[in-house]
Amino acid sequence: MTGRVITITSGKGGVGKTTATANISAALAAMGHKVVCMDADIGLRNLDVVLGLENRIVYDLVDVVEGRCKVRQAMIRDKRLEELYLIPAAQTRDKNAVAPKDMVRICDELRQDFDYIVIDSPAGIERGFKNAIAPADEVVIITNPEVSAVRDADRIIGLVEAEQKGPAKLVVNRINTDMVERGDMLAVADVLELLAVELIGIVPDDTAVLVSTNKGAPIALEPKSKTGQAFRDIARRLTGEEVPFSTSNGNNGFLGRISKLMKSKEGRNA
Amino acid sequence: MPSLSELLGRKRSASTAKDRLRVVLIHDRSALPPGVMDALRQELIEVVARHIDVDRHAVRVEMVQEGRSATLQAEIPIKAAPKHPSSE
Ligand SMILES: Nc1ncnc2c1ncn2[C@@H]1O[C@H](COP(=O)(O)OP(=O)(O)O)[C@@H](O)[C@H]1O
Ligand SMILES: [Mg+2]
Repeated sequence: MTGRVITITSGKGGVGKTTATANISAALAAMGHKVVCMDADIGLRNLDVVLGLENRIVYDLVDVVEGRCKVRQAMIRDKRLEELYLIPAAQTRDKNAVAPKDMVRICDELRQDFDYIVIDSPAGIERGFKNAIAPADEVVIITNPEVSAVRDADRIIGLVEAEQKGPAKLVVNRINTDMVERGDMLAVADVLELLAVELIGIVPDDTAVLVSTNKGAPIALEPKSKTGQAFRDIARRLTGEEVPFSTSNGNNGFLGRISKLMKSKEGRNA
Repeated sequence: MPSLSELLGRKRSASTAKDRLRVVLIHDRSALPPGVMDALRQELIEVVARHIDVDRHAVRVEMVQEGRSATLQAEIPIKAAPKHPSSE
């Protein structure tokens, strides 16, 4: 088995990387894949609480890097999904405790036992980012429909290309349909036109995300949630499935433009 | 369908955001500060004007996005016949 390494990153902080990592990983595992997600945000550990696994941590990524434990020992199995594991970040160290070559080595080991290795990257363009993309087969950029997030996403897309890890794929998170329709929020089509990258997901702005984070239960596992569906769709696209972008995702009226941008000729009724 | 305020000619903030981002991204990608464009425009005019009579006020110099790369486009309208007919 040779697993794929998917790194979730962004330029700006707080756009939804950790939320996306938790939900995409949970959705992939719920599809029956063997998944391990890794928190590469050293010093700002978060993926554990978003997944509700914070009480089970014994070892972390830095313990693996520094040889205090085996990769297996640092993996925490999810409460709900048999095939989902977490490797937490160290909370008391900084990003220099890990080097890109450590990430490559650890991921090469994990590739043998897992279908997908999903890495939650820290924000920014420094060491933590380099660590997170070094082992990546695929890079997913998260952005929000907002000027500074789009600008920073553009910078990251360029850096991913420069590191020969491109072309990156884009998730536009926190779309508010009402605001888009009023003309007070950039539409997904606008963001795509500006960034000129491939779209892999549109996630609505949804207060239920906060509720699920409060509980430590990924919204991707709630069958009726539209936001959960948006994350499940991203997971399916990452596995290579063609999943149409639905009109319920905050793109009414813009679908034609999106389809054109994606050069897709399937019939999609706007 | 255009909204009421669009019909009244008021520009919505998303459209302003998009226009601003378009310019910002082109300059970010080329690492060219927006202020340099003016200098570039002036110098281009000087160089070309040494050989041809150009309509200085109609000169347009801008960065145009094509996918993820940019092209510097200059439109320099010529006024009259060349200064040096001997160079034909
Ligand atoms: N689609 C969404 N709708 C509403 N809130 C969201 C959404 N995605 C993320 N958030 C919230 O935004 C905040 C930042 O998200 P997080 O995933 O921690 O970002 P990052 O890891 O990029 O810093 C969190 O409070 C999270 O609950
Ligand atoms: Mg985070």
